[in-house]
Amino acid sequence: MAVLVIADHDGAHLRETTAKTVTAALKIGGDVDVAVLGGSFAVAEAAAKIAGVRKVRHAQSDALGHGLVEAEEAALLPVAGDYEAILAPATSAGKNLIPRLAARLDVAPLSDVTAVVDAKTFERPIYAGNAVETVKTQDAKVLATIRPTVFEAAGQGGSAAVEALAAGDAPAYSRFVSQDTVSSGRPELGAAKIVVSGGRALGSEEEFKAVLEPLADKLGAAIGASRAAVDAGYAPNDYQVGQTGKVVAPDLYIAIGISGAIQHLAGIKDARVIVAINTDPDAPIFGVADYGLVGDYKSLVPELMAELAKVGR
Amino acid sequence: MKLLVPVKRVLDFNVKVRVKADRTGVDLANLKMSMNPFDEIAVEEAVRLKEKGVATEILAVSIGPAQAQDTLRTAMAMGADRALLIQTDEDLQPLAVAKALKAIVDQEKPDLVIMGKQAIDGDNNAVGQMLAALWDRPQATFASKLDVAGGVATVTREIDGGLQTIAVDLPAVVTADLRLNEPRFASLPNIMKARKKPLEIKPLADLGADTAPRLAVTQVAEPEGRKAGIKVASAEDLVARLKNEAGVL
Repeated sequence: MAVLVIADHDGAHLRETTAKTVTAALKIGGDVDVAVLGGSFAVAEAAAKIAGVRKVRHAQSDALGHGLVEAEEAALLPVAGDYEAILAPATSAGKNLIPRLAARLDVAPLSDVTAVVDAKTFERPIYAGNAVETVKTQDAKVLATIRPTVFEAAGQGGSAAVEALAAGDAPAYSRFVSQDTVSSGRPELGAAKIVVSGGRALGSEEEFKAVLEPLADKLGAAIGASRAAVDAGYAPNDYQVGQTGKVVAPDLYIAIGISGAIQHLAGIKDARVIVAINTDPDAPIFGVADYGLVGDYKSLVPELMAELAKVGR
Repeated sequence: MKLLVPVKRVLDFNVKVRVKADRTGVDLANLKMSMNPFDEIAVEEAVRLKEKGVATEILAVSIGPAQAQDTLRTAMAMGADRALLIQTDEDLQPLAVAKALKAIVDQEKPDLVIMGKQAIDGDNNAVGQMLAALWDRPQATFASKLDVAGGVATVTREIDGGLQTIAVDLPAVVTADLRLNEPRFASLPNIMKARKKPLEIKPLADLGADTAPRLAVTQVAEPEGRKAGIKVASAEDLVARLKNEAGVL
């Protein structure tokens, strides 16, 4: 029995979601290999250091470097027979790849797995996290995306060998044009220890920035937003936290002016501590918040900033 | 150019989801059902391509029970030209849906399939990718912008941390993300007109696709909820508790 984990990286750095997916792979059991598609040799070396990894298979090409799914598929299909399970973190790249690969292998894929019950049985959320189904696959192979926020990252200290993997011949029918990734200098939303998030109550893009950016800078936090705030144009798309946006699990999540729609709550329920600041004492967000502060953010956020300064933040 | 738009009938997104007491599934009895919101976005995008003169024909397809005719009428009221219902009372799994759609694609030979990135019931986010694989065609998932010209679709995709633009040769599969467009409401005259548009019904068996289930759902449960905590009196109290009680500062 062997499991292949598809690494998540930005070309130069391995993301922690990879080590979290390795944890899910180790729960399935057997030898765990990691495939690094595109990315530098440093990424492959970082993957080799994850505890419990048997070997790293590293493929490189321009198309893989751009994350073209048809190229990823071409690299993986020839070695798919070596594995009883192929897992990827449930990122946009993982969600793009795993179902396509599964259909090629005539396997029913499992999306957004939140628990490994046994090698063939998994839990996953449905209806925006309002229900959880337990699914047992009858296929010979498991292909799944793993929700990284619910798994602890596998440790360091591994010393797996790095092998070259042939890039394969990707069809020419798909081509990379451009990429626009925003670099804010703040931690990545999905991996941040602290997230401060704003909702529609902030009222404008200027206000959203003026309130959240100083607080985020003070706490070294990532900035998130509710779908309502994103739809209203106060915050960019990739700030969106929730079932249809990013699922986050920080140590501390501070929701400012967010009422707490079900799909937003589904995206933050694994946060260790949730703080809510809202004028409406009956807002649903208070039903999940560990600490609630009822009142106007306009006065409460400056007070919070002052109190944080007093404790050295 | 011919567009195929698969649409799914799902529990309306405004209806509170309740898990059945015997934990066999979600209770759908007598509740409002609607078109999957991501599929509405796909229909809207197809209609806009037709209005721009890029597309000439839009076929809406649904695989589901007799009531899915309502969903197809909605698609036609928004602007689809004709509809096909593949009728079945089975709740098909994503791989089976992809195989059924592949059989339809073989018959209808569309230039472009536009569909929602996921249905809001199963949240699988898989059928578009699987259809593209079975069809051996490119996929452009999570689209927030779509331009079609000269046999090529240029698609801006929502990826983690930003946007990516790719160009795919047609035929191709595009899956719609939330911000691709804002779907129109069907006007009353268009709803009336849609009643006269052709809606063909075929039994699932006619497709000859392998739609046997591969996954056994052994239980559907309520998620573990978080408990409400406490209301604190001031920012000072909050910071003290975050530091001393919760240990997160």
